[in-house]
Amino acid sequence: MKRIELSTLGLIAAVCVAYVALASVIGNTYYQHVLTIVAIFAVLGLSWNLLGGYAGVVSFGHAAFFGIGAFTVTLLLSVVNVSPWLGIPAGALLAALAAVLIGLPTLRLRGIHFALAMLAYPIVLRYVLDWLRYQEVMLPRKAQDATWYMQYDDVRIYAMLAVALLFVSLCICHLIENSRFGLALRAIKENEQAAAAAGIDIWRRKMVATAISGAMAGAAGGLYVVVIRVAVPADVFGLHISAQAMVVTLFGGVGTLWGPLIGAAFLIPLGDGLHALLGHTIPGVQSIVYGCALILAIMVAPEGLYWYARDRIVARRRHRAPGSRPDRAAVALAVVDSGGAEAHRANPVSMRKNPQLLVVSGLSKSFRGLKAVQDVSFVVPEGVVFGVIGQNGAGKTSVFNLLNGFIGADSGRVTYDGKEVAGLSTSEISRLGIGRTFQVPRPFLRLSLLDNVVVGAISTEPADIAATARAKRALATVGLTRNFDTLASELNAVELRLLELARALAGSPRLVLLDEIFAGLAHEEIERLLVVIKRLPQQGVTVMIIEHTMHAMLKICDQLVVLDHGVVIASGLPMDVISDPIVVEAYLGRKWMAEHAAA
Amino acid sequence: MAPNIVLEAVMQTAVAGLMAGILYGLMASGVGLIFGVMRVVNFAQGEFLMLGMYGAVFAAALIAPLGLFGVTLGAYLGVLLTGPVIFILGAIIHRVVLSRSTGLRAAGTESEGHYTQMILTLGLSLIFQSVALAWFGAVPRQNRTPISDQAWTFQPFPGVDAEVFVNQGQALSCLVALVLVGVIYQVFSRTSIGKSLRAAADNPVAATYVGIRVDRAHRFAFAFGVAITAVAGGLVSIYYPFQPYVGVQFLIIMYAAVVLGGLGSVLGAFWGGVIIGFVQQVSALFLPLELQSAAIFVVLVATLFFKPDGIFGKNVERV
Repeated sequence: MKRIELSTLGLIAAVCVAYVALASVIGNTYYQHVLTIVAIFAVLGLSWNLLGGYAGVVSFGHAAFFGIGAFTVTLLLSVVNVSPWLGIPAGALLAALAAVLIGLPTLRLRGIHFALAMLAYPIVLRYVLDWLRYQEVMLPRKAQDATWYMQYDDVRIYAMLAVALLFVSLCICHLIENSRFGLALRAIKENEQAAAAAGIDIWRRKMVATAISGAMAGAAGGLYVVVIRVAVPADVFGLHISAQAMVVTLFGGVGTLWGPLIGAAFLIPLGDGLHALLGHTIPGVQSIVYGCALILAIMVAPEGLYWYARDRIVARRRHRAPGSRPDRAAVALAVVDSGGAEAHRANPVSMRKNPQLLVVSGLSKSFRGLKAVQDVSFVVPEGVVFGVIGQNGAGKTSVFNLLNGFIGADSGRVTYDGKEVAGLSTSEISRLGIGRTFQVPRPFLRLSLLDNVVVGAISTEPADIAATARAKRALATVGLTRNFDTLASELNAVELRLLELARALAGSPRLVLLDEIFAGLAHEEIERLLVVIKRLPQQGVTVMIIEHTMHAMLKICDQLVVLDHGVVIASGLPMDVISDPIVVEAYLGRKWMAEHAAA
Repeated sequence: MAPNIVLEAVMQTAVAGLMAGILYGLMASGVGLIFGVMRVVNFAQGEFLMLGMYGAVFAAALIAPLGLFGVTLGAYLGVLLTGPVIFILGAIIHRVVLSRSTGLRAAGTESEGHYTQMILTLGLSLIFQSVALAWFGAVPRQNRTPISDQAWTFQPFPGVDAEVFVNQGQALSCLVALVLVGVIYQVFSRTSIGKSLRAAADNPVAATYVGIRVDRAHRFAFAFGVAITAVAGGLVSIYYPFQPYVGVQFLIIMYAAVVLGGLGSVLGAFWGGVIIGFVQQVSALFLPLELQSAAIFVVLVATLFFKPDGIFGKNVERV
């Protein structure tokens, strides 16, 4: 998380002032009109970007919100004689409402199902308006009170209105970008399950983003009809509007503040200019330009011009002055030195230890007849390292997935610190104080090291500064001493494990679930992790750990449970468990038993 | 209302629904094939259908001067000849545009590859529409044949005054479509091409290990899929007027059919198309013209929410 940057707000203001100045200086009304449209579609792009760029929710139906804004303004003016000054906010509000209504069911759909459903909404709305006989509604001319009805002869005033809307939209996006909300959205885009396990309420964050995005698109649509003075359902609800929202963003730069404006500033004058030049011989030349721009952008610069240019510049700078970037690793090290001893903040509640921190009884889950987990029961007391072992396919990860809410149990109860957790969502369970890591690490690859860990802290820590401090402490606890700005994609295998552990610890959990945290690590790396994990119970964090190799488990576990084909076959102290004949048979086979029994 | 009029309306709806549905089924099989193998939502599928319509008109115009066939036979020959042409166009487009982000390149990036491809096909769709508009103009056309406006009249129940009209062009198109669906189904369930396509669909990475060239399998699926839809478009053009923007309306129908039949199943897509045909005709009895297309969408969205695997569930044979 960054703080709100005044310099960026200043830059936004400067760009907007320059834009207005440009529109005022140009004498040509056609150019003024183009500048107005550019700003409006930049706002539409910002609206799409909020969902598609930050949260990774790719909408193919943003025309629904644009059209709702447009028709709210039109009908309010032509039927009830209400000024667009009120109509545009009303349109934005209605579009936000529609976004919530559409999002409620639709955000539950995944991938392609989501895309197809989003495609449907604007087209249904368009048919309904056609049926209501609103095929083409002219905005009535108001001779009197033209200002009140937003009707001006001077096109520059429209350009100023559009820039005002652009200014507001850019500011909103900048605030979101640098807030915990924006960080949560980016985490969701990178890896939804990991974000949920870090305590982020995915559903709520997406709904809020959808509502804001809908409002922005609605406002853009409202201003659009005021400028062009006619509302046609086939136009404002058309697929080309949804496409344009995507085109300007993808072309300019996905997930960036300036991307949509850059894209709109390039493409709309180009399309409009070609249309004016060749429109009578090649009708639809605009769509050809947009289509080509989409394809070229995806093929050449899949993240857009902004990223393309930035990557080039960064590469050149690095080339020119290697190592000149300020290295904050020293800072990280300092934190380790001062905070390493004091280590992770002990959870105050855990001063009195709960002998039944986690109670699992009769837990069962089948996948289409395959009994993955059958009637599993065990108790995890607070302050221990509790191991779950078993061979591949024994149901270990399924148990973890049941415990942290990824999958629902068929039967059985799970109580954590006296509270029933079965049936809660992953993020709710995480916020109760159960963290987890994954068998295959799921870092947020395009977030920085520090932000990755901050994501783990924000859902239980309301203050941003405290959340960041907590993340730094968690990094110190696990001993991950890299530059805070390092991208997660640059980390090696053991660092990714440490990063995940730090992310889980940043939520101040009382229990962490570690899913095969040693998998694929070299011997020294395992030793390094063992030291960290062994210390956790003293710091108030109970550990539950999955492995299929006995060796490491015997070193750190206070108690063990052995799973075989979804059933608990043994539990107790490690030494007792490994000498249990049933365990030996399950692990080493009957033949080995027979041979060694003879010996 | 007199009972014979009700009976007539019911029979007419059933026949019209079946005939429209079979054609929808054929075009949707193309979508089902592409989706089944590549997991790509092809937004340009409607435009390939539109190209099939214009292609059929031009092929018929090329064949007519030969004087070897009658106008009707020539028109149908033109429709079938369009298939290979669109197949080649589809293969080229896959090679130049789509193969950069599909197949193995996209394996491992679960959703991102899909979105990239969808956006690419959206771009293609915009380009095709506008190029067609510039080239052919906005005036609606039809692939006129002597049977386009002819109808057979049946009186199925002797003694009851209730007649059913069947457009001859539509009926013949339906027959051709049924034969084609049969051929396609045989290709995919019996031949080695079908097997390698199924393998490539099931697990692209594993398929490469057993020597299947996934990229080529995808190219074949895409080219064949768009060709099927284009031929279906040609068959429709015999009795239905069209213009460059006709694709969008059929895109909706095709995806509704594919979703109904279960995403990824060719035969399911066909049956989904038949059902959509009936839904459309039945809704015509109750709803005004503008809302009939909306009805299809309601079916689409309802299926997505309540039966996301389609009405046949998982049991439908995948491609």
